[in-house]
Amino acid sequence: MGAHDRDPNAAGARAREYLTFRLGEEEYGIDILKVQEIRGYEQPTRIANAPPFIKGVVNLRGVIVPIVDLRLKFNLGSAEYNDFTVVIILNLGARVVGVVVDSVSDVMELSPEQVRAAPEVATVVDASFIMGLGTLADRMLILIEIERLMGAADMALIEQAA
Amino acid sequence: MSDTQTQGGGAGFDLSQFHGVFFEEAGENLANMETLLLALVEGSTDDEALNAIFRCAHSIKGGAATFGFRDVADLTHVMETLLDKLRRHELTVTTGMIDTLLESGDVLGHLLARHQGGGGGPFDCAELVARIGALTHGSAAAPPQPPAAAAPVHAETAAPAPASAVPSGGRVLDVEIGPMDEPSMADHLVELFAEIPGLGTIEPTDGGRADEQRVRRFRVATAAPDGELLDLFSFHVAREQVRIVALVDASAPGPATAPAPAAPAAPAAAASVAAAPAPAPAPAAADSAGYGFFDDSPGAPPAEVIAAPPAPPPEPAAAARAATVAPPQRAAKPERAATGTGNLEQSTIRVPIEKVDQLINLVGELVITQAMLAQTGRTLDPVVHQTMTTGLSDLERYVRLLQEAVMAIRMIPMAVVFNRFPRMLRDLASRLGKQVELHTIGEDTELDKGLIEKITDPLTHLVRNAADHGIEPPQDRIAAGKPAVGTVTLAAAHQGGSIVIEVRDDGRGLNRAKLLRKAAERGLPAHDGMTDSEAYSLIFEPGFSTASEVTDVSGRGVGMDVVKRNITALGGSVEIASTEGQGMRVSVRLPLTLAIMDGMSVGVAQETYIVPLASVVESIHLSADDVKSVGGSGRVVEVRNEYLPIVALDELFEVPRVAERDATGIMIVIEAEGGRVALLVDELIGQHQVVVKNLEANYRKVPGVSGATILGDGRVALILDVSWLVRRARH
Repeated sequence: MGAHDRDPNAAGARAREYLTFRLGEEEYGIDILKVQEIRGYEQPTRIANAPPFIKGVVNLRGVIVPIVDLRLKFNLGSAEYNDFTVVIILNLGARVVGVVVDSVSDVMELSPEQVRAAPEVATVVDASFIMGLGTLADRMLILIEIERLMGAADMALIEQAA
Repeated sequence: MSDTQTQGGGAGFDLSQFHGVFFEEAGENLANMETLLLALVEGSTDDEALNAIFRCAHSIKGGAATFGFRDVADLTHVMETLLDKLRRHELTVTTGMIDTLLESGDVLGHLLARHQGGGGGPFDCAELVARIGALTHGSAAAPPQPPAAAAPVHAETAAPAPASAVPSGGRVLDVEIGPMDEPSMADHLVELFAEIPGLGTIEPTDGGRADEQRVRRFRVATAAPDGELLDLFSFHVAREQVRIVALVDASAPGPATAPAPAAPAAPAAAASVAAAPAPAPAPAAADSAGYGFFDDSPGAPPAEVIAAPPAPPPEPAAAARAATVAPPQRAAKPERAATGTGNLEQSTIRVPIEKVDQLINLVGELVITQAMLAQTGRTLDPVVHQTMTTGLSDLERYVRLLQEAVMAIRMIPMAVVFNRFPRMLRDLASRLGKQVELHTIGEDTELDKGLIEKITDPLTHLVRNAADHGIEPPQDRIAAGKPAVGTVTLAAAHQGGSIVIEVRDDGRGLNRAKLLRKAAERGLPAHDGMTDSEAYSLIFEPGFSTASEVTDVSGRGVGMDVVKRNITALGGSVEIASTEGQGMRVSVRLPLTLAIMDGMSVGVAQETYIVPLASVVESIHLSADDVKSVGGSGRVVEVRNEYLPIVALDELFEVPRVAERDATGIMIVIEAEGGRVALLVDELIGQHQVVVKNLEANYRKVPGVSGATILGDGRVALILDVSWLVRRARH
């Protein structure tokens, strides 16, 4: 399915590509340009007194990268770790963060017309982190402002100025 | 008096080792300046460019002044004045200015090349200086210099100083030599002077007799710069005994300034000036203001100069005799003189520090990969896989050598820091009315560049303190039966994986009673039962100063606490030893590098942590009986007659456990900030070097953790922040 036949002009100007992944029953999408790589899950080194969704840190070719389990953060699905668990390594400007998800589906291209505003519903995901809802045939993608989400205070990833 | 004393201290430094760096930087700055100047147009108001040009000139001036290249410093000074007016928009850029500045750049290149090691004779930039001065002082009428004006400079830069091409900046100088035990020694100078053709003339003005201070006086007419004359005179007398007063500058024509064509021997002498720079910043001795040599100099009226007899022509035979003087100097550095054809030599390369750090990171990765391979290799049968195991052990060796070599790139000698102090102490001493001599030991001890930069300020503070608070005024010292001249010693040495830098003085030392009284006044926790080292450590408390009065140098009570904090932040420690009336010693211990650390890995349940080895005092097997409780929850253990608080790492870090820990364990006594605690762990895994990684790069600061490292199996282990652990346990 998909948008591997990218048209550089169209993609740059209007339509954007999203990496889609599953958390429990829901399907999410993040800006593909923020994704550095996708890896298998390996046991991270636990960090004392960190929130439960921060699994710890791993060695990514010499760089110490924190691992966040979005399933725990959003309370979706069961946080099981097996050979199929994947980690999406995100490159957010100056920082590199790994995100644990249930599975990665594919890369999709969405034009602005396919993106609807998210309704004001009380969810575990703060509405301000949702870019919109993408529709593609009968699928609905929750498009996340991943950079803003990871920088949020309650992610405890970045030191907040007192 | 104090002046000469400190200068004597300064004479211990050989600045020449930094000449290479200076020439290289100056060359870069010159090239930079030229590029920027070329981009300027008339009426340009590009602040950034103007500021950048100013900075280039300023850097060259600073370096040149430090190394005593007065001609370079003087020229850059006037350039700087002009550039300063330009960047402050007091003047507008004219083509004439740009041309003149470009020309000055060429002249600077020429002067620098000459200082670096030959090529070209002394160059007179007085006319140029005057022209820049005219531009600076708003005579906008100064005509743009025709290109021809710049051309001769180029010619001279390239030509290896043909005698006739050397412009002569003739000067008339009064030279005083003494006090000397043997004033007749000065007569040798007259002979020596005459032996060098084209140098000029020298005539005694004291009728060949020394005055009551055993000082001889001469009148010299020459084109040679002061530094060159000093070099020449130092064949017979100490440089410190020579004082030169300029009576007539090059710009003022006098009979004695008749152009003296420099014969081959003169450039040779010039080359020797550059090739064998004075150990002390001695050319600066000619700086009348700087060294106070001229306090009692008579300063003959200029009228006499005009009346001075014209220089006798050099004897034809002089050249032959001069050869007997010159060869030893020329032989000293023949290759330097030979290569000095006006190009600024490049024997080093300047590389952005990020490139080096990237290299260090990659080598760190290589070390980890090698460790992984070695671990895998151990499971192989050495008989079957002989080539493999040999290859692995070779790999291990080369990786280690590579790591050492790469780390060495970042290492700089301590001299870089130490050399700031002679001048600082000299100024300080004269302001405080004290006499201080500086001794340095181990300037070639190397330290990581990052650490050098960060240690400079704390050390400056310690040295300043030693001179201000430590060393007594001369009369007090004599009363105490000590020599009037105080000594401050800076010593650096490697000790294992650390460097120890000591700042010692032979001053009054710390007064324990006074310290304790002062501490009590300030409401600091002080009592008579404190050990000496605890009492001395009080001076590291914020807001503490024992100086009876506040001077503009130190004594405001800020500083020592900052010193301590900075050093601790670098992973180092400070210790004070003192004997009242005899002096004190502050020892700063620092890791050699911030990138690699000796660590002890400890196991707690399934987790591994790294304890910096520098903070480990000892490890002891702990049995349940050793643990005593205090106030119910606090637990202590007695180690060598001292009760230490116990910090259980598994509780502190909430380490998940499958089974309840048994009562026994390993206790590691760790020390930081003068306090000790017993860290309780399950097992000691081993000691090894760890590559320190920053946790904050992608995550945040974690309490109790100072960083992370990667273990041989590729997993991440956290490095404990010992200072935090100690502070937490003690409060």
